[in-house]
Amino acid sequence: MSLWGDALVAALLLASGLLVLLAGLGLWRLPDFFSRMHAPALASTLAAWVVTLATIVYFSLREGEPVLQAWLIIIVLSITAPVTTIVMARTGLFRRRKAGDPLPPPLAGMPDRPTRR
Amino acid sequence: MSPLLSMAVSVTLGLYVLAMVLGLMRLMRGPNAQDRVLALDFLYIVGMLMMLVLAIRFNSRMYFEGALLMVLFGFVGSVAMAKFLLRGEAIE
Repeated sequence: MSLWGDALVAALLLASGLLVLLAGLGLWRLPDFFSRMHAPALASTLAAWVVTLATIVYFSLREGEPVLQAWLIIIVLSITAPVTTIVMARTGLFRRRKAGDPLPPPLAGMPDRPTRR
Repeated sequence: MSPLLSMAVSVTLGLYVLAMVLGLMRLMRGPNAQDRVLALDFLYIVGMLMMLVLAIRFNSRMYFEGALLMVLFGFVGSVAMAKFLLRGEAIE
């Protein structure tokens, strides 16, 4: 493998490490559940993309042909991550409403509570 | 594997471990159950990323299958736990 390929893979790996550390710091430091939900999304989107790109570059350069197996992980992750996020946000909202804790303010122009039909 | 790449892999794994420790602290501390579910989901994702870095480290493509399984099981586990907190049952 050439030096440039090595340097590219190393830079991508380090970038992903810093992004994941940022996500962990956000998860630990942010004050409230709904703001905390934002941080791990960084790990499951951008960091995962960068690591996948690093593995693709590494194995493609090593074997001399495109190795695209790792795209499958990104595809599955980009299907599952939004579902997890929505279910978890609804859970947080529901449990807070049930416990009587203060809810986040409603969006402008939206009713206070979702209307039930 | 060149020394540059092997050092980058070690540093990246160290950063992941640091992030996992932060997630674990949130898992222990987390004031509510939903915080703990969120932290567990984060730990699953970081474990999956670690698997991909290990694929580079040990030069083996078998780790991709493990990472794919971790994505799927993390998804199923997180949604089941969130549904349980939401409705009191995982499957209705």
